[in-house]
Amino acid sequence: MSRIMPFAMTMLKNLVSPPVTKNYPESPAVYPERSRGHIEITVDECISCGLCVRSCPTGALEVDKTAGSWTINRFDCIACGYCVEKCPKKCLHMVPGYQEPMMEKSSASYQKSPEVMAAEAAKKAEAAKKAAAARAAREAKKKAEAEAAARAAREISEPAQEASQPAKQARQEVTD
Amino acid sequence: MAKKRSVIPFGPQHPVLPEPIHLDLMVEDEKVIKAIPSIGFIHRGLESLVRKKDYNEMVYVAERTCGICSFMHGMGYCESVEHIMGVEVPVRARYLRTVWCEMSRIHSHLLWLGLLADGFGFESLFYQCWRIRERILDMVELTTGGRLISSVNKVGGVIRDIEPDMQTAILRAVKEIEKELRVVQKTFMNDYSVESRLKGVGVLTKKEVLELGCTGPFARASGANFDMRVRGYGAYADLDFDPIISPVGDSYARCDVRIQEIFQSIDLIRQALGQLPDGDLSVPVKGNPDGEYFMRVEQPRGEAVYYVRASGKKNLDRLRIRTPTFANLPGLCKTLEGADYADIPLLILTIDPCISCTER
Repeated sequence: MSRIMPFAMTMLKNLVSPPVTKNYPESPAVYPERSRGHIEITVDECISCGLCVRSCPTGALEVDKTAGSWTINRFDCIACGYCVEKCPKKCLHMVPGYQEPMMEKSSASYQKSPEVMAAEAAKKAEAAKKAAAARAAREAKKKAEAEAAARAAREISEPAQEASQPAKQARQEVTD
Repeated sequence: MAKKRSVIPFGPQHPVLPEPIHLDLMVEDEKVIKAIPSIGFIHRGLESLVRKKDYNEMVYVAERTCGICSFMHGMGYCESVEHIMGVEVPVRARYLRTVWCEMSRIHSHLLWLGLLADGFGFESLFYQCWRIRERILDMVELTTGGRLISSVNKVGGVIRDIEPDMQTAILRAVKEIEKELRVVQKTFMNDYSVESRLKGVGVLTKKEVLELGCTGPFARASGANFDMRVRGYGAYADLDFDPIISPVGDSYARCDVRIQEIFQSIDLIRQALGQLPDGDLSVPVKGNPDGEYFMRVEQPRGEAVYYVRASGKKNLDRLRIRTPTFANLPGLCKTLEGADYADIPLLILTIDPCISCTER
């Protein structure tokens, strides 16, 4: 018996048991926590450093610093998770759930909110102002130093300056 | 009466082939006299990508050489680069790699058993094998995040850990698989119809196997003691196992060897998880590799060879992958000579062909 029908028991068991497969769209799939489905970004935390762009093995990412946008080509992304590992702000996340099929190849773009952009711009302006102030201070200091040096030089070359006095007077006459 | 000779093209599209390979079969009536293989239908040029990608990014490319032995391709590449750079991988990482290796071996062999059952026309056995395979794939997804492409390797160690609750889940799944596989094994090894299709078909002697340079379960079924795991890469040096060898050399023996290797892999997973040491998952790697290394790993289909040459830049100079199917093709042609035409699909399956590996 076991020689002819070793599979009979399994078959009988399968006849009375429910199917192993799921009725997928009706009963949703359960993904484990680590499932590498797709990548999401908390775009407001992004500092547009571009490390993810440089690390991506397929070149699926794009970052525009001035526009504050982060773009991913979902069809090029292989969900390897290298960018998530590299992100210094940890604003990239690997999320369970596979990408839905689309009619044509397109990329998804994420835009920073206007408030964040404004805050960033304000921060930038403030930084620029600070930098300008620092530069002005530095220049003023330089000027003062230069003036001091010039004064010192003048003191040394006093006779020479006196010698040039008549020439100055002559120039004034011309302008009159 | 003079026998008629004709040439029958087989593949690249054929119901038994999951991937394209073409064979020109010279037949005399129903007997095959000669088989001439030709490959090159799905060449992707992965090896030349090594000059364009950073050596860290290349891990993800190496993994995608093949969908079934994906983990071991990534591991073979990483270990080669680690050897060149003189990086000491943490012990825990080596154990975790071994566990994932054996998990991928289980799912690969179960896949093959299913395809074989489908090949000789036992449809329900095919579904039974793949149902068991689903359990181990769930465990791979639970621990790595991907069902087949694991992406957990990196140069210097692994990215993910196997947490204690995952370990218990794996052990439970493995126990179930063992139980269910015993039933399937009984069918494969005792059923009259299976035996009539496999026994004495495509016999290859040990001498022929050694001459043709075959590897893996295909060679071990003919009595050749080739198992690269004995070399002790990963954590295999600490684990207790003996290569499974059968002296018979026919298709039945190849099936038997693979089934027993699944049980062996289950045992190895238990051993590795039982003595899993604590420690880091990876060590930081700095600088660029400079040198060359020749790495051999045992994949489900046999020995794979990785040759990596680097010259101190972030891109490697050369990566060469010699895959087990490529080594087994001469053996396949040898078994096809003198075989019945009806046995051709089965014989092609018995080397466990993975063509996308072969063509890279």
